[in-house]
Amino acid sequence: MLDTILESPYIDSLPFLFDGLKMTVLITFSGLFFGFILGAIVGIARLSKSKFIRSISIVYIEIVRGTPILVQVLFIYYGLTEDLIGISINELTAAIVAITINAAAYIAEIVRGAVYSIEKGQSEAGRSLGLTENDTMRYIIWPQAFKRMIPPLGNQFVISLKDTSLFSVIAVGELLYMGKQYYNVTYEIFETLLMVCILYLLITIPTSLYLRRLERKLDV
Amino acid sequence: MITVKDLHKSFGDLEVLKGINAEVKEQEVVCVIGPSGSGKSTFLRCLNLLEDITSGHVYINGEDLSDPTTDINKLRAEVGMVFQHFNLFPHRTVLENITLAPKKVKGLSASEANDIGIALLKKVGLSEKADDYPDSLSGGQKQRVAIARALAMNPKVMLFDEPTSALDPELVGEVLQVMKDLAQEGMTMIVVTHEMGFAREMGDRVIFMDEGSIQEEGEPNQIFGDPQNERTQAFLSKIL
Ligand SMILES: Nc1ncnc2c1ncn2[C@@H]1O[C@H](COP(=O)(O)OP(=O)(O)O)[C@@H](O)[C@H]1O
Ligand SMILES: [Mg+2]
Repeated sequence: MLDTILESPYIDSLPFLFDGLKMTVLITFSGLFFGFILGAIVGIARLSKSKFIRSISIVYIEIVRGTPILVQVLFIYYGLTEDLIGISINELTAAIVAITINAAAYIAEIVRGAVYSIEKGQSEAGRSLGLTENDTMRYIIWPQAFKRMIPPLGNQFVISLKDTSLFSVIAVGELLYMGKQYYNVTYEIFETLLMVCILYLLITIPTSLYLRRLERKLDV
Repeated sequence: MITVKDLHKSFGDLEVLKGINAEVKEQEVVCVIGPSGSGKSTFLRCLNLLEDITSGHVYINGEDLSDPTTDINKLRAEVGMVFQHFNLFPHRTVLENITLAPKKVKGLSASEANDIGIALLKKVGLSEKADDYPDSLSGGQKQRVAIARALAMNPKVMLFDEPTSALDPELVGEVLQVMKDLAQEGMTMIVVTHEMGFAREMGDRVIFMDEGSIQEEGEPNQIFGDPQNERTQAFLSKIL
């Protein structure tokens, strides 16, 4: 039994699939890193006193959340041609940009929600002590809000990680793409896709379990 | 030191304060009583502009709060406020709760602010809690920290909005004691409270509010012993 598994197509595909997994993780982490920066900016804009800035933020969020990520990445990779924007975008860049833009819209709402969730009494206490609005945000609201962002950000990580599988359409060498390349040659479709699933789960399940524990610990 | 002239406050169509006139002198302790929803909190919150004023004037040491050139943050620093639900900063230790504003608003160094914080914790009897987080304190301890936090800015007047209403009965006394000490030291205080014993003992004056106006005001003995206004009589007969 063990023998058959060890020399089976399940194991043979692994080195190939691991390369894909590395690419998947790279795209996800880079995308979320930039996505957090962009998302924080959009989220802060969403909280702005200026109606104009708020509107820009809302338009961004609605456009991104209202269109499929598959369309977004095709748009970035095939739609934004060199003729149009002056630079050529390779598959990896397109994938990272797509995750960035997409995750930023959701992260913006996470940021806004976390700031809103801090009780009004906190900012009132700060203001009543004479702290400026900025200092109240900086020393009182943000540190508490940031803690509440961690679980939903972890959740966004899992979502974005799975979203990267759609990028096989632009032939970026992520996990699903590598799986397809592999079974196109070996015709071991079932075995390969099963391994692909297991590799995704190897990351998503521990992340989810850890998040659940963290959520209890942070008491948010 | 505080003069309120024809103060009106509306939330949308709802007029909550309907022309308040009041005067609080230095070192005076004024207690505000009245049924729930009568506008007591709103009145107090207008005194440090946590609510903006719809019309009328509030003067603190001669400065007009409704004048847009008044430096609101500076003024708030001189008006301490204690909330019903404490509103301590949960991510900061007890001592840090107290030292944050002196450092950020007054620009004190960490050691200067710590000295003030430690002295105030001693005053409210919580020296040993300096490095604990608010979550680990009882309600009474939280409220004493909140009082120390407000005092750290060295305010000229302290506003208390039902400081003991959220406390278990056995914890009310320790907070009232801190407030009594403060009153005896000559702090100017405006206290919204349901603790009639405190109002009677410590109040120089009692204001009875109902439906957004001051219905009656006078010395505690008169208000509690010989109320003139029908509503005051009705309110007191219900709670005493
Ligand atoms: N932010 C607000 N928006 C709308 N209505 C409010 C707000 N704050 C208070 N009110 C209303 O104003 C009235 C007076 O409230 P409040 O000053 O809290 O009374 P009290 O402290 O005497 O119980 C109540 O009817 C309350 O519902
Ligand atoms: Mg109230």
